[in-house]
Amino acid sequence: MITAAVHEREHYLNASYGIKSWLLTKDHKRIALLYLATITLFFFLGGSFATLIRIELLTPTGGLVSSETYNKLFTMHGVAMIFFFLIPSIPATLGNFFLPIMIGARDLAFPKLNLLSWYLLVIGGLFSLFAMLAGGVDTGWTFYTPYSTTYSNSYVIATALGIFIAGFSSILTGLNFIVTVHRMRAPGMTWFRLPLFVWANYATSLIQVLGTPVIAVTILLLFCERVFHIGIFDPALGGDPVLFQHLFWFYSHPAVYIMVLPAMGVISELISVYSRKPVFGYKFIAFSSVAIAVLGFLVWGHHLFVSGQSLYAGLVFSFLSYFVAIPSSIKVFNWTATLYKGSISYATPMLYAFGFIGLFTIGGLTGLFVAALGIDVHVTDTYFVVAHFHYIMVGGTIMAYLGGMHYYWPKMTGRMYPEAWAKLSALVIFLGFNLTFFPQFLLGYLGMPRRYHVYPDEFQVLHVLSTAGASVLAVGYLMPMIYFVWSLRFGQMAPANPWGATGLEWKTASPPPVHNFDEAPIVTHEAYDYSTVIPEVIEVG
Amino acid sequence: MADLTSHEAQASSHEAHAAVHEAHAETLDLREQFNTAEQQKDASTLGMWLFLITEIMFFGGMFACYTVYRRTFPEVFAVASSSLNAVLGAINTGVLLLSSFTMVMAVRAGQLGQRNMIILLLILTLFFGGVFLGVKAIEWKEKFDEHHIPGQAAFHLEGLPPDQQGHAQLFFSLYFAMTGLHALHMVIGVGILSFLIWQAKKGTYSATYFTPVDVAGLYWHFVDVIWIFLFPLLYLIDRHLGK
Amino acid sequence: MTGHIDSIKTYLAVLLALLSLTGLTTWVAYQPLGAFSVVAALGIATVKMLLVSLFFMHLRHSNQLTKLVVLGGLMWLGILLVLTLSDFATRGWTGVPGK
Repeated sequence: MITAAVHEREHYLNASYGIKSWLLTKDHKRIALLYLATITLFFFLGGSFATLIRIELLTPTGGLVSSETYNKLFTMHGVAMIFFFLIPSIPATLGNFFLPIMIGARDLAFPKLNLLSWYLLVIGGLFSLFAMLAGGVDTGWTFYTPYSTTYSNSYVIATALGIFIAGFSSILTGLNFIVTVHRMRAPGMTWFRLPLFVWANYATSLIQVLGTPVIAVTILLLFCERVFHIGIFDPALGGDPVLFQHLFWFYSHPAVYIMVLPAMGVISELISVYSRKPVFGYKFIAFSSVAIAVLGFLVWGHHLFVSGQSLYAGLVFSFLSYFVAIPSSIKVFNWTATLYKGSISYATPMLYAFGFIGLFTIGGLTGLFVAALGIDVHVTDTYFVVAHFHYIMVGGTIMAYLGGMHYYWPKMTGRMYPEAWAKLSALVIFLGFNLTFFPQFLLGYLGMPRRYHVYPDEFQVLHVLSTAGASVLAVGYLMPMIYFVWSLRFGQMAPANPWGATGLEWKTASPPPVHNFDEAPIVTHEAYDYSTVIPEVIEVG
Repeated sequence: MADLTSHEAQASSHEAHAAVHEAHAETLDLREQFNTAEQQKDASTLGMWLFLITEIMFFGGMFACYTVYRRTFPEVFAVASSSLNAVLGAINTGVLLLSSFTMVMAVRAGQLGQRNMIILLLILTLFFGGVFLGVKAIEWKEKFDEHHIPGQAAFHLEGLPPDQQGHAQLFFSLYFAMTGLHALHMVIGVGILSFLIWQAKKGTYSATYFTPVDVAGLYWHFVDVIWIFLFPLLYLIDRHLGK
Repeated sequence: MTGHIDSIKTYLAVLLALLSLTGLTTWVAYQPLGAFSVVAALGIATVKMLLVSLFFMHLRHSNQLTKLVVLGGLMWLGILLVLTLSDFATRGWTGVPGK
């Protein structure tokens, strides 16, 4: 007698097969996975450039690569990581997957536009990848004129075109999210019952929609100047390169909030579930996300303090830059208050959340240092700034991204990851990160310029420490790659709500059905109402 | 505490539950992700308006460049501006305004479900758009003949000394960049109109579903508004000073 | 659903106003108004923009969210222009070269 075959429940992964069912999908969950694959590839690409940079910096006189090549390495590291990894990261993967489910909808407002967004990222990525493989670009990810328009002999146009196209991916995703949150919430899902992750992605979408078009037109003008010699920024014609910088940073400063706001949204979810407490000061956190989005547009001139911007403009921008720290601090204080008298669990996602709070605080505080005009004159264009933004982008965003990936892995795949290995890699990443980037604060303060590969001998010790840290960090990043894949086949089957979390996403099966819910949900509870949840059997930490 | 009474909740649940099942049969005016046709129309309209504000910021970058350089080189900009044909520009502005009129009339025909009127008015809009682009092409050709194309070695603007020729090039760079980007948007608009005419001929639109015409209209009007600002800013700088 | 169906007369009136204002702005450009010339030009353009957006784009019948979106977009353009100009307009104020 043959044992009866187990009839597998239908869900979004097995409902249809074949490459067309993925490449022509309208399902936001599948699109999220398409994005996941794409950005992971770009993470490795950016990481490879970082590896080469750190190896080069082991010795004071370089030697591995020429100066011209080194210029290309840091440029391409920045381009790959910022435009093709960090900017899409959380919104396009976790946001795409969970935003509709969290609000009780069947999909985003414009599913086909969502798929188009992914294709635009891929096409843009291919242009930039072509540029990198064909010979590279050496202008710095900031493309300052007149070097980028007139003097550089590298693949500026191809790279810029790639970023231009990817920008539209970002704009359309933001547009999609905004319409979805406004128009597709389930009955009873009022604004103040939304998970804070939704608020964070909503605020991020505002930035994407308002800011990205400006860098798009700036790249267009750069393109015109380089190809048609229509000199908008050419000093020989009376043009002003600082105007380029204004337009570039009008987007690129808010862009850093595109990169960090969704991460903060993830942290709000993690802190709450692993303290088994509602987030302290829900409305403050919700409004602070919008405040960061708005205030983030008023500070871009702090990137131009020593560029030739007028002193009075510098004063204005410095003054405004202090304000944008306030909503971020409110979040950190509120997360901490959430922990107080909470029932703390040390599951892997919570370890990442703790890491985020500590490292983001350091990154954010050092942001205040550089916002001060006097200090910035000393540390601008040094490794101090490099350390500052890596503390936020890597110590902050990437940790939150990994925390979110671990937290949502059971829901997305129906499998648990191996907890012991996950905890170990979180620790390795934390240690590796600090060893890599803390020495860079010291290097910068002592005068090591950024974008240089030849340096005075006395800086070598700190550089060696940093490179050692980078090796550890690389190992830490590889570990989840391995065990996540392993878990797809061998991981423990995940129940609908392994963490005992609140939120509509935990009320549907793991993995969710194609239309997210078997029955359309009606929301009658406030957010983070733990009285309604009974955790299932999974015990962690 | 709960937002809905349990009776309302049950009723909504039933409606929403039914909507989950109804939604599987997808129609143009009610796609499966939406619960009602009105929700879909609202979402589409909001989506288009959001897209238009991205366009405001997109063109806005160029307006920022324009503002900075006009402030810095006011006399050069005035001389350069006077080399443009203001009457032709004004007539072209009128043509575009006319096209906005026929476009909104087409949307109105959509609201009334008047298929033939929709087609006629869209064709008229397309026609006026084409006239605008034709005049633009003539203007650009004129600039080429007069050696006012920036980036060319032969560039020369009469009435200005050699050390200000570079500044004049800045004006024309902005002129071509801004009117060029605008013209590109017109061309895309022409493409959209063609698609709409084709669909209208197939009978796709009715009084209950004419959203594509509606949102295309918003796009078309927006492109018109951009021109409403481009005309005085490019063609009418300090004309009272004479040439 | 915009239940409001505007009359042909309304649209014609708006068109006429727009065409007249176009003529006006062209005529005004040739008048000796000095610095006020640019104010007049932008003012007339703004009125035309309002006519197109309120009547042709049905903004006057639209919901609060749409109006907020439009206002937000215009404000953001304002931020870009004003803060960028805050640099260029204050160059040289300190008397120190390059500041």
